Amino acid sequence: MPFKIIASQCSGCSACELECPNVAISEKGGTFVIDPKKCTECIGHFDEPQCVAVCPVDNTCVVDTSLPRYQARA
Amino acid sequence: MDVSALDEASLAGSAVDIGETMQAIAEHKGCGTSGGTGNASCGSQAGQGDLPTEIWEKVKNHPCYSEEAHHHYARMHVAVAPACNIQCNYCNRKYDCANESRPGVVSEKLTPEQAAKKVLAVASTIPQMTVLGIAGPGDPLANPEKTFKTFELVAKAAPDIKLCLSTNGLMLPDHVDTIARFKIDHVTITINMVQPEIGAKIYPWIFYNHKRYTGLEAAKILNDRQLQGLEMLTERGILCKINSVMIPGINDQHLVEVNKAVKSRGAFLHNIMPLIAAPEHGTVLGLNGQRAPTAQELKALQDLCEGETNMMRHCRQCRADAVGLLGEDRSAEFTTEKIMAMDVKYDLKMRKAYQAKVEEERVAKVAAEQEELAELGNEMSGVKLLVAVATKGSGLINEHFGHAKEFQVYELSTTGAKFVGHRRVDHYCRGGYGEEESLATIIRAINDCHAAFVAKIGGCPKSNLLKAGIEPVDQYAHEFIEKSAIAWFKSYLVKVQSGEIQHVERGEAAIRQGALISAA
Ligand code: SF4
Ligand code: SF4
Ligand code: SF4
Repeated sequence: MPFKIIASQCSGCSACELECPNVAISEKGGTFVIDPKKCTECIGHFDEPQCVAVCPVDNTCVVDTSLPRYQARA
Repeated sequence: MDVSALDEASLAGSAVDIGETMQAIAEHKGCGTSGGTGNASCGSQAGQGDLPTEIWEKVKNHPCYSEEAHHHYARMHVAVAPACNIQCNYCNRKYDCANESRPGVVSEKLTPEQAAKKVLAVASTIPQMTVLGIAGPGDPLANPEKTFKTFELVAKAAPDIKLCLSTNGLMLPDHVDTIARFKIDHVTITINMVQPEIGAKIYPWIFYNHKRYTGLEAAKILNDRQLQGLEMLTERGILCKINSVMIPGINDQHLVEVNKAVKSRGAFLHNIMPLIAAPEHGTVLGLNGQRAPTAQELKALQDLCEGETNMMRHCRQCRADAVGLLGEDRSAEFTTEKIMAMDVKYDLKMRKAYQAKVEEERVAKVAAEQEELAELGNEMSGVKLLVAVATKGSGLINEHFGHAKEFQVYELSTTGAKFVGHRRVDHYCRGGYGEEESLATIIRAINDCHAAFVAKIGGCPKSNLLKAGIEPVDQYAHEFIEKSAIAWFKSYLVKVQSGEIQHVERGEAAIRQGALISAA
């Protein structure tokens, strides 16, 4: 499950939902959730995971930093 | 200014020439907000003056574009667009967008269908509601489907309602054609800077072309897109208002540059708003202890820019789901639950008839002012002072001191009465706890005024005002504001001349910081 949204921090702004190329994000009770089966980390679509780039609350769409792709960014 | 390091040639705003008409509009100085300075050629008067007819038709009953209209006509906002694509340091995204609203306010989010129903419900209940705006929370153009769907539904069901839109400008150039096609004739762009060095202090990042940009690069892209969007809109004859948030020490002096830049691109109105920042809003600036401007600093900057463009001084920084006259909020009457239960019949004829009555009232108001002013014409005096007015709208002194949620401020001189701003206050008359304290807050908010015009005032607040050096004036209850203010000013001048009183300058006044969370 490479990406998830920390519900307690999510403002419910829906920005990530609009940007996700895989329609992996949807609303659930006022905040948003990522469907891990649909999330591809945006690989093949964009250089950055879109939900992370657009989310206004830092560290809310969390990236699993153990993945090789994010080692360089850290 | 070295921004050449940026290889963003494709983004650079195309330097299109602005059509002659738009240039002419931009040159209309002193309009839009100078209600009653005796300048008959002004868009803010009850008459058209020498504003081109197409423009007059657009602004005459738009409460945000015409100061004069804002006493009579109402607007509403619907919150259908929660997502945003930039981050502002004066905004906390848990709340509504701070570019138009007060920080710390949360609006009820609606689907386009719910929003359209709400518009019809409000239009049927409040016939003077003439304008629908979409201003967030978030950026309407970061949510183009929802925004334009809402406009489409409203245009179909209520064709007489004017549509307007507020944006941070980042996506504006991509949507100008759609905006024109939907006959949206007013667009507000928030522009806080025209220099990336300053922008970097206001915007930590933007999200553009699927990428997050930061620092100077982010600010440059944002500003190029804003100015390009502005040019494209004015070229198409769409009226543009520019909002700027005045942040002392960051962009306060710089806003004079911003004013020039937007004026030269045909902006119709410039609205400089005070920063509202308190630590409890959780914004970057609030947490850093950034102070807000005082009422004097704000007015001085607005005065400085006035010669350049029409200044808006009556913006209330409304909530994104506000309903009613500016300064009033009736959104609690129109919650989603209530609207969905309503059976709405849209009666265009009833609305037209009501609005015709409002027009008569406006004409009468201006005539009364002109008459009073004519007598003042031969007075010679350099005295200029501010007065506060408690009003519920219609241009009348018709609010009780204790019920006022805001005071409107007029500058009086021998050239007449000019609306220069408003001060939000808490209800004093809630009774019980903190009464003394809220009275003190009100006095602080209007401390730069010589008099307070009210429909009625109790004995205790009266003596407190007098003690603070503010004359409570209640003998013009339910009369026209400008006419009464000029009449009072005349007698004031007589008293000064006879030596009965001495004219003294007043002190500073504070701008209320808290969010207006209650919809009361
Ligand atoms: S990383 Fe990309 S694919 Fe995964 S949820 Fe975020 S936006 Fe969607
Ligand atoms: S962008 Fe962030 S705050 Fe907004 S809905 Fe998605 S996770 Fe929540
Ligand atoms: S925020 Fe200002 S411009 Fe927007 S509706 Fe309110 S008064 Fe008008």
